[in-house]
Amino acid sequence: MGDLADLTILDAGDGLRAGDFSSADLLEAVTRRAAVTEAHLHAYLTLDHEGAAQAAEAADASFAKGEDRGLLQGIPIALKDNMCTRGIETTASSRILDGWKPPYDATVVTRLREAGAVITGKTNLDEFAMGSSTENSAYGPTRNPWNTDKVPGGSSGGSAVTTAVGSAFGSLGSDTGGSVRQPAALTGVVGMKPTYGIVSRYGLIAFASSLDQIGPFSRSVADSVAMLDVISGFDPRDATSINAPVPNFGGSLDRGVAGLKIGVVTEFMGEGIDPHVITATRAMADRLAGAGAEVVEATLPSVEYALSAYYLIAPAECSSNLARFDGIRFGHRTQVEGTTEEMMAHTRAEGFGPEVIRRILLGTYALSAGYYDAFYGQAQKVRTLVRNDFTAAYGHVDVLISPTTPTTAFSVGEKAADPIAMYYSDLCTIPSNLAGDPAISVPIGLDDAGLPVGFQVMAPSLGEEVMYQVAAEVERLAGFTERALLATSTVVAP
Amino acid sequence: MSGWEAVIGIETHVELSTHSKMFCSCAVDVAGPPNSACCPVCLALPGALPVPNEKAIEGIIKIGLALECTINESSLFYRKNYFYPDLPKNYQISQYTFPVCEGGKLDIDVDGTTMTVGITRVHMEEDTGKSTHIGGGGGRIHDADHTLLDFNRAGVPLVEIVTEPDIRSAAEARAYGAEIQRIVFALGVSDAKLEAGSMRFDVNVSVRPVGDEVLGTRTETKNVNSLRAVQRAIEYEIDRQINVLETGGKVIQETRHWNEDTGVTISMRIKEESEDYRYFQDPDLLPLETSAEWREEIRRGLPELPAARRARFIDAGTDAVTAGLLVDDSDLSTLFEDAVASGASGRAVGIWLTGEVVAYSRRTGTPIPDTSLTAPHLGELTGMVDEGKLSFSAAKEVLIAVMDGEGTPGDVAEAKDLFQVSDSGAIESAVESVLAENPDAVNKIRSGETKPLGFLVGQVMRQMGGRADPKVVHSLLRKRTGA
Repeated sequence: MGDLADLTILDAGDGLRAGDFSSADLLEAVTRRAAVTEAHLHAYLTLDHEGAAQAAEAADASFAKGEDRGLLQGIPIALKDNMCTRGIETTASSRILDGWKPPYDATVVTRLREAGAVITGKTNLDEFAMGSSTENSAYGPTRNPWNTDKVPGGSSGGSAVTTAVGSAFGSLGSDTGGSVRQPAALTGVVGMKPTYGIVSRYGLIAFASSLDQIGPFSRSVADSVAMLDVISGFDPRDATSINAPVPNFGGSLDRGVAGLKIGVVTEFMGEGIDPHVITATRAMADRLAGAGAEVVEATLPSVEYALSAYYLIAPAECSSNLARFDGIRFGHRTQVEGTTEEMMAHTRAEGFGPEVIRRILLGTYALSAGYYDAFYGQAQKVRTLVRNDFTAAYGHVDVLISPTTPTTAFSVGEKAADPIAMYYSDLCTIPSNLAGDPAISVPIGLDDAGLPVGFQVMAPSLGEEVMYQVAAEVERLAGFTERALLATSTVVAP
Repeated sequence: MSGWEAVIGIETHVELSTHSKMFCSCAVDVAGPPNSACCPVCLALPGALPVPNEKAIEGIIKIGLALECTINESSLFYRKNYFYPDLPKNYQISQYTFPVCEGGKLDIDVDGTTMTVGITRVHMEEDTGKSTHIGGGGGRIHDADHTLLDFNRAGVPLVEIVTEPDIRSAAEARAYGAEIQRIVFALGVSDAKLEAGSMRFDVNVSVRPVGDEVLGTRTETKNVNSLRAVQRAIEYEIDRQINVLETGGKVIQETRHWNEDTGVTISMRIKEESEDYRYFQDPDLLPLETSAEWREEIRRGLPELPAARRARFIDAGTDAVTAGLLVDDSDLSTLFEDAVASGASGRAVGIWLTGEVVAYSRRTGTPIPDTSLTAPHLGELTGMVDEGKLSFSAAKEVLIAVMDGEGTPGDVAEAKDLFQVSDSGAIESAVESVLAENPDAVNKIRSGETKPLGFLVGQVMRQMGGRADPKVVHSLLRKRTGA
């Protein structure tokens, strides 16, 4: 038997319930894994050894008493560092929140704790979740475990990597334009963005409120379901939370795809997409057809404008969301003496990194008098068109499929100087955020360079059950069992 | 200001007296120890989210209904973006297009004439924290040494009522402000205390030559914190603007600050270009839906409004001025309603309450509910005056003793021996003796002079110790002297 750290959540849960090992053993396994991988990868910003040990002990005590709070009890889980954790430093990878310890837990954190999960620590991200490579972190980049010269994707790169290498059994990220699915694709794990409103945003440090949604990283589709089951559901503290029972996410995992109608998004199978990625996606589409699905072409004509609309809407919201970081009530405050305005301006100039400043400026401009209609107003119209495209497509198909990303992992530094090129890596993921629909990335293989390829399944609003049904079949057909080089303890054993 | 016409619009901010704040569950406790009523939401900590307070929405709908507004089925929250240290998020959640209430009106009475002020909109927003600027002498942020921030008020529900530019004089503006204050108080949605800042006015003033259709350039004056200040600030601003125009100058569109002590408005010297608040719909809040059933339920629960109450008091016999005074004082109106309900004369009760009862309360510094006066006392007292048992001056003495707690009006009058003598036998003998003592006066009357008649009445009253019914004395004297 291999290292415990390589088990799926469900297998680890079976072992816990069979008494084969304890939650403390699982924690020890991921801690050991982190000890050998972190120096190369820098996935974690904070490891909460003490809190995690206490949680593991509590979980073991529960098992001993026969208390079972579900599939996450005793399972070590990592959190992206833009989710508030009471008393544990939460920085959003920004200098401006250096040392800030929230006085409260985000709702997802509360739910994980109540389910008996063991929170290992906080993971690296692009500052305030703005980026697609986890290079924009004030605390240094995270590296891709498949090739440390490559980026892990972003913005939830740290969370993706912990799950990929086994320094956590699963992790949470946030997905505003693909920040869970894109790094999942680039690191070979399952990453999922739920329907907007089914997971509470309370305690998630906002980037773009109308697009942000917390979602799980996992090493299997079934693990993804187990995590979403715990974190989803109505939250009275989030006014955009859907006040209705959540779908039965895992109800159809074993049903296969026979009889389903699946649309391949034409716009994501041509220009701008790496030919090898297209080939891999097409091959999987054919295998789904072979498994009994009716695979057809589907078109989303407005998505060619989606990226532009996204880069107006998200910066506009962020320019307002990040106004609260002014040095007055929490976080970094400048040492420069001056007026109140000068204090706020210096604090923000010192505290925010260049990409965050770029987006605040973009967003401020897009909302300004005289420019609002041409930029923000127009972008909102495009958003409606994109939604309408999806609605029309779901009129004749059950799910849509596409590559998750235009390319596999790119090199560290490759796109750092070219924001537009970086923005393009979210081409296929952004439309689901604009529509508010669920989508998932499942690894389907490696390219010639040995880097993972992600496959995206998109479904209509609250269509998680059919999305997971197809994702599970993709997982079976792909049979993707490769593990990142650094994830294998034989290779990185000290 | 001859030849000039003023055009005035008013924005009224009303702090609602809900238990909790607009977007979080913190208690509304503005006067509590600084920063004792705050949480992650109203301090705008990272990750915190707003959730609207249903009671506050109910409050604004009440105000909208009282002002005959249309209540939008769906209204939108917007962010008004500006940086200021006491605004925790550095944006204020407010409304822009689709406010909760639109298009209403309010009838006001100005010197006996009724006029209508159009209400453009009534919208929901949140209050800011409170800044206290220390040092520098000016009490303003620019020259302060440091500033203390209290976030207890941050996030308190605030309603803004905006009028059409229908107001033409300072007196009309004041009457409007007073009526809004009465309505808000009667609705029970705010304590409506101007002095405590729970109600505040911004006044927009412009002037134009009489007959012009085009509006002049307006100024917005802030820090207008009493009804008297509304009147004075507008009077000042009208004069100032006319003076500027008559001396060949131009009125600048700007925000001005009313200084209560010096009685002038001063420019707040805000940059030339108007501030750009970059309004956009708040993505943290969904459109606010108000169902027809909810709106109807709120409408049914509305209390009687001041105008309706005044009309009812006038029906009960008071004049308009008295009705206004009664309605403005809940202690007086309660006594009035109870006394009239038990059959007392509305006219008489109104006069006593707004006259001697108020005078007593002011003189002794005793709030009316702390005196011994009750509605049955008022009924008994006015009844005895009506029946001629008490003279007006005796009744006043009785009322004071009743308020002092000496007993019921009947007991007091008895104990002080203040009942009028209506027994004509006793009065007749007093009349006879006064006539006998004053032959000169009698002769003058008989020769056609009427003046001495009053003198004789006084003499009889004196002999009767003030307890005779003057009407009876008068008629007996006239009969006996043939006047």
